[in-house]
Amino acid sequence: MIGASAGGPAALQTIMAGLHADIHVAVILVVHVRADTEDLMSPLLDRSSKWPVTTARERTRIEPGHAYVAPPGYHLLIERDRRFSLSVDKRISFSRPSIDVLFESAADAYGANLVGVLLTGANADGAAGMKRIREAGGTALIQDPADAAVPIMPQAALDMAGADLCAPLPELVAALNRMCRT
Amino acid sequence: MTGEGAEDIEAIEVDLFVEALRRRYGYDFRQYNRASLTRRIRNLVTTFGTGTIGQLTDTLLHDAARLPEVISGLSVPVSEFFRDPASFACLRRDVFPALVSYPQVNIWQAGCARGEEVYSLAILLTEAGLYERTRIYATDISPDSLSRAAAGIFPARDLRDSAERYRNAGGTHSLSDYYHSRYEFSKIDTQLMRNITFAEHNLVTDGVFCEAHLILCRNVLIYFTNPLQNRAIGMFADSLVRTGFLCLGARENLEFSPERQRFQIVNAATQLYRLKPIY
Repeated sequence: MIGASAGGPAALQTIMAGLHADIHVAVILVVHVRADTEDLMSPLLDRSSKWPVTTARERTRIEPGHAYVAPPGYHLLIERDRRFSLSVDKRISFSRPSIDVLFESAADAYGANLVGVLLTGANADGAAGMKRIREAGGTALIQDPADAAVPIMPQAALDMAGADLCAPLPELVAALNRMCRT
Repeated sequence: MTGEGAEDIEAIEVDLFVEALRRRYGYDFRQYNRASLTRRIRNLVTTFGTGTIGQLTDTLLHDAARLPEVISGLSVPVSEFFRDPASFACLRRDVFPALVSYPQVNIWQAGCARGEEVYSLAILLTEAGLYERTRIYATDISPDSLSRAAAGIFPARDLRDSAERYRNAGGTHSLSDYYHSRYEFSKIDTQLMRNITFAEHNLVTDGVFCEAHLILCRNVLIYFTNPLQNRAIGMFADSLVRTGFLCLGARENLEFSPERQRFQIVNAATQLYRLKPIY
């Protein structure tokens, strides 16, 4: 479960390129983009990683070994039966898709089996979501604000939720590979 | 108490809230997707200041005057004028030419919320010379939304921000031809409102509403579980004239609906379907 905003595409490419393909998890990404843009992120990340990366479709089951990107203009949520759903409810922190919406529903669905990763960004989206992930027993990884292209978002999450690990990108990648293997 | 335990309590509260709403007032949200429904209920807890969903249920049970507010909070995603311009451009290109052959055209917009998309459609019908012969039935579950939609008053900014989408939808005039602004509000031109009928209709419990040549139901079924989505698709098929059109939201997924077989796809990118003729 990875959320990113301003400066996010480059950071997401770094993470996806560094993730081992043999770890038995699904990766779900939200990046703030304009609502009227096409699905640009999934082909971009598909090319730059060993993972098949597609735009999430409503009602489909989440499969391990795949990475999914929230479609522009929609909130992406996870139901308890671990299928995707979408919503066009109002923007959260000026954002749709919102990281909070994904993280909070994912915390309800996955509980302790969830790792939330929050990267660079220019607003406070993701902070409330991180808080909920930790309350549900999940793990919070936050990019070190000093390492982020825009520090506001990781800093807001650190302030509200704290983190199990706050580190630069390469260390987050290493931690993800380690955690998801065991 | 663990975090997991706290979540279980909330899941129970959501179940009880949904059950109370159904048994006390007849609104059935059991087949709504839980993740979004839970978010909306949490928002109501904040608006009502009740602290917990349990206490919100208590208020709902004993204070019938608050019901419209609850239904509004559970059902209204505010839309935009010309949301998904490509979908409107597709209607103009692929559907309107087929409608020209009918002396009287019925269009049903199911789940019209506050009316942004109904008026967008009315504008394009006007520009295509079809509006005079068209009756649009715009329905929604929420009386609050319907009265707002019928009033046709929107924040002026909403309309100003829609000019680009209007052009991308194939609009041939200036969007400002269709509304009058006063201070920070804009009122839709009454000419556009003449042939629109707003009415309450619940896709969960109500049946066929009218015989339609075109049905629009955009970004409504995404909130429904598969059985309820399938019920709605079946009802739309029953409501359409032979080879009538169905336009859904661009990201909707019908692959789990058996009723999907009654339709052929016209345009996958904009989720435009057409009823198959029965031989």
